[in-house]
Amino acid sequence: MIMKNALDILGRYVLLMRKVFTKPDKSSIFWKQFFTDVEKLVLNSIPIVAVISVFIGAVIVIQTASNIESPFIPKMYVGYMARESLVLEFCSTMIALILAGKVGSNISSEIGSMRITEQIDAMEIMGINSANYLVLPKILAATIFNPFLMLMSFMIGLLGGAMIIFITGIVTMSQYVDGLHYAFRSYYIFYSMTKMAVFSFIITSISSFYGYYASGGSLGVGSSSTKAIVASSVLILVANLVITHIMLV
Amino acid sequence: MIRVEKLNKFFGEKQVLKDVSIEYQPGKCSLVIGASGSGKTVLLKSLVGLLPIDSGEIWYDDILFSSLGEKEIKNIRKEIGMLFQGSALFDFASVEENIRFPMDFFTEWSKEEKLERVNFCLKRVNLINVNKLFPNELSGGMQKRVGIARAIALNPKYLFCDEPNSGLDPHTSILIDQLIAEITKEYNITTIVNTHDMNSVMEIGDQVSFIHKGEKVWEGSRNDILTSNSAELNEFVFANNMAKRVKEMMQQASR
Repeated sequence: MIMKNALDILGRYVLLMRKVFTKPDKSSIFWKQFFTDVEKLVLNSIPIVAVISVFIGAVIVIQTASNIESPFIPKMYVGYMARESLVLEFCSTMIALILAGKVGSNISSEIGSMRITEQIDAMEIMGINSANYLVLPKILAATIFNPFLMLMSFMIGLLGGAMIIFITGIVTMSQYVDGLHYAFRSYYIFYSMTKMAVFSFIITSISSFYGYYASGGSLGVGSSSTKAIVASSVLILVANLVITHIMLV
Repeated sequence: MIRVEKLNKFFGEKQVLKDVSIEYQPGKCSLVIGASGSGKTVLLKSLVGLLPIDSGEIWYDDILFSSLGEKEIKNIRKEIGMLFQGSALFDFASVEENIRFPMDFFTEWSKEEKLERVNFCLKRVNLINVNKLFPNELSGGMQKRVGIARAIALNPKYLFCDEPNSGLDPHTSILIDQLIAEITKEYNITTIVNTHDMNSVMEIGDQVSFIHKGEKVWEGSRNDILTSNSAELNEFVFANNMAKRVKEMMQQASR
């Protein structure tokens, strides 16, 4: 029974994606929708991502500094550890999990409401490919631009670390900056941006899927929103493992 | 003209439409009546291809709609207008943008031409100075009118209305009915209206089909409906006390 349900969901997801990834009915309308979604899904996420990044950067620095007790470990490792933690995991996976909640619930409830109020049916009756019109711009906007959100989060996280060092003097600023420069691998940035692109695809496509097939009134919209967040979060964790194995091992 | 032949539709084990055959003529308001849950909306959604059918045929003029692929269905749909039960206006768009929506997709008209058409459609449904309002700023009756304006934006050959009077007061209901009837005659549209409102039936029902438990059990005009011998139809039509009283008075008068 569980297997049958899983296959049913997978089948419907594939069918929806087939409808989504077709040539837009009119390119001018697609681009208008695309830039609207860039603003709604990416630009509007900047404040929350910035706030979380600055605090996490600061916390990582405090935690790392307070755990380096041995005098044989140079203090510059605080900067090094902060950089590696932020770039490898926090700025992609953690931010993606937060966006799964913020953006995912937004997408699934918006499309779900349109479904239960027959707005999607109205588009279909007009001869418009509703899946393509509603979902494709969202997927592309998030997949293309969220990796830059990850970069921004990385920068702000490092600044958060610098800020807490400036306030508390837990290590010197030059030690922190030395650590940031130490053994830097630009490949990790590429790895993290790749992860963010994949996670963004997961968040937008899964949330759109649950919204598109929402049923049962406002309770159904709420339920589809919850399912979207849970499914996106689990898939992000699985994808994180797979991508890390492929790109880092 | 739309022709339905031996249409069957199942949801799992449950058969919701049983061998339904009806023909709808252009320039006429064809009403589908029946109690809630009788299969009216399923029939309407099957007719426009929103629900796949299990067997039977649906013809749009000489095109077998039920055998068409997605692309061909899309072409037919450009000739369809539909008014939904809850109006289904797009929340994210103003009245003007709602009506312009199909034009943006399927015409190469200039901005001015589109605006002219929007204003024409709004005037046709007796609405003025509402272009910039959003659906949540409109009353139920106004939303229905905007829904009709959007449905006729591209001069459809076929118009489908799913319970156009639900949630409206009797006076507004009559206005919406009259509007649908006028537009049908004016543009020679094949109009199919789902309703369980007997006022609508008596007002605009050129052709009436009664659906009972998924079966078409009666068909006729609004004039025949009060004198029908169909037990199921009589039970539906004379369900309320006022209608029963009218029937008694008619029977007394005929004696």
